Amino acid sequence: MDRIPILKLGNALLVTIQVDMHDRLATALEQDLTDKIVTLGAKGVLIDISALEIVDSFIGRMLDNIAAVSRILDADTVVVGMRPAVAITLVELGLSLSGVKTALNVERGMALISQKAEAEDGHADGED
Amino acid sequence: MPTERTERLDIRSSDDVVKVRQQTRVLAAHAGLSLVDQTKIITAASELARNALDYGGGGEVLIEVLHDGGRRGVRLIFEDKGQGIPDIQAALKDGFTTGTGLGLGLGGARRLSNEFSIESAVGKGTKIAIARWTA
Repeated sequence: MDRIPILKLGNALLVTIQVDMHDRLATALEQDLTDKIVTLGAKGVLIDISALEIVDSFIGRMLDNIAAVSRILDADTVVVGMRPAVAITLVELGLSLSGVKTALNVERGMALISQKAEAEDGHADGED
Repeated sequence: MPTERTERLDIRSSDDVVKVRQQTRVLAAHAGLSLVDQTKIITAASELARNALDYGGGGEVLIEVLHDGGRRGVRLIFEDKGQGIPDIQAALKDGFTTGTGLGLGLGGARRLSNEFSIESAVGKGTKIAIARWTA
């Protein structure tokens, strides 16, 4: 079965969704990401959905689940690049993705994740 | 109402749900819907195709490009021969599901469409029609 590639970028994981995912592919991505957060000790997950023409309730739930699981595993999830038409449609569909952090693009998303990592380092230094 | 173009697709697997989205996109663009309207009807189509698969045991969809006077639109008619929906009003409420989903599919598809109609008979199946028109 196909898999969506997951790249390691510093202490973050980067996923760029470039295909119209069928449901099993989305479920596999959720599982793969969870495994990689643990095995690589990632502090953040960046999901670029700029190529996605729609986000329906299944993909929306996948994004929510990834964010919830990664939070429990001490990693932040940031979804970046959502198209305006997709955002409008998601809200009308009834999904606000309230548990998911978002940023306009990959650069800003990475900045969010770096801030968290640095804040934690700073805190640790302070305790020494 | 004149029909310009018609496509019929089977819904038997999650790959077919992807095909329904892709074909809806082609026909919605052909009908001249705006990008936001295309996105809305494709999303509604995705929800209803998945419902037909998960709750209807598979089915089919007819996608039509229509024109009615000055306006044009796209209509999708989903049909399955599944177990049917005993209480349609309950099924249209957000959060209602008999499966593992979020329960947003049916109500969400109605909100994302300009026209929505549903007929269902327990033990026989469900037929849902949605349409989205150019402004």
